[in-house]
Amino acid sequence: MSYKFDFAFMAERWPDFVAGAWLTVQLTVLAIALGFALGTLCALARVYGGPVLRRLVGAYVEAIRNTPLLIQIFIVYFGLSSLGLKLSADVSAVIALTVNMGAYSTEIMRAGIQSVQRTQLEAADCLGLTRLQTILHVVLLPAMERVYPALSSQFVLLMLASSITSQISVEELTATASLVQSDTYRSFEVYLVVAVVYLALSALYRFAFWLIGLGLFERKRRLGTPL
Amino acid sequence: MNQLSANHLLYLLIAAEWTVVLSLIAFAGGSVLGLAIALMRVSKLGVLRGIASGYIQLIQGTPLLILLFLSYFGLGIIGLKLVPLVAAGISLTLYAGAFLGEIWRGCIEAVPKTQWEASDCLGLNRVQQYAYVILPQATRIAIPPTVGFMVQIVKNTSLASVIGFVELARAGQIVNNSTFEPFAIFSCVAAIYFALCYPLSVASRYLERKAHAGR
Repeated sequence: MSYKFDFAFMAERWPDFVAGAWLTVQLTVLAIALGFALGTLCALARVYGGPVLRRLVGAYVEAIRNTPLLIQIFIVYFGLSSLGLKLSADVSAVIALTVNMGAYSTEIMRAGIQSVQRTQLEAADCLGLTRLQTILHVVLLPAMERVYPALSSQFVLLMLASSITSQISVEELTATASLVQSDTYRSFEVYLVVAVVYLALSALYRFAFWLIGLGLFERKRRLGTPL
Repeated sequence: MNQLSANHLLYLLIAAEWTVVLSLIAFAGGSVLGLAIALMRVSKLGVLRGIASGYIQLIQGTPLLILLFLSYFGLGIIGLKLVPLVAAGISLTLYAGAFLGEIWRGCIEAVPKTQWEASDCLGLNRVQQYAYVILPQATRIAIPPTVGFMVQIVKNTSLASVIGFVELARAGQIVNNSTFEPFAIFSCVAAIYFALCYPLSVASRYLERKAHAGR
């Protein structure tokens, strides 16, 4: 083995990597926020909705969780445009990632919502809370607190999975790597650099979700114990 | 332009066989690696625990796609021919090993401590403890989540398409290039993936319910 590693390209191309990583962050933060909102609504529908709604949400979750993200992205980008709905690559990526995230957070939030006991709802009724107040303060926040570890690792997994959007020419981190390696022929080194950037990003995301968790869950902050 | 025909569907189904083959390779390789990682994670030696958890952090913190590229181009560096099946097999094995290792560690730790103590009292050595007492019980706990993870493996084999391995997703792209009916084709591809994955999901849930009922 006489391979010489050469990272000289970094001196010139590092702004490309920064731009790529920034787009990755933008795409995933948007998809996580929208997907989590979608998932929460679907989870509420799955637990409290009528039989038709429950079935529909169940079908959505199963369809998404049992097919690869790559194919979902292709259907949104190539499929919808062939049906006449032309979307840019970036918009398609956000839609596909959101729909994907939505299905996974539906399942996670459903578990959380189902763990809220009936007596809690009755107590909220007795205190005269409105329906919206009950859902927000008595159902959703405690539910989220219980499943927060699962939720935040799913968010990190989505950030990693966003690398797949490079396949529809979204200029995020992985696509940047492909571009730079085709200019410099330093394939292995380029992907090594990107792997390190992804590692750093996932550490950053974990830290950010930990902070958000601290801010969101007052009880946990005060007592240091989970619900 | 070609019309989408039965031949195209047949081509997709044949490609789906490669998806299954690649999944089996990844699962077999990942199981061996995962077992080693899980045992290292619960080892008495701090060094082994450190290596295993470092490995898990590393793999779980990088996208599988990057892992695929690294093993594809890495093979070239050590002077081997760039065979997509080998590169895909290696990276999916590394990926599955990390996740299965973490799942199985949880299962080993879920075996009650009293079982360790009882087998200590019976004078079993460490290997015997694992072989006759701990692993048989951990296996029963491990089956539902492992079947669930197989869904992830099947889905993730679709990424092998980017290094030119012709499995289901790549075959879908090839058919699309000749017929240009992406919505119909990728829906078919998605349906085939669904047919592969859904039974596994259902089985995983069923096994989980059964395991809980038994306790």
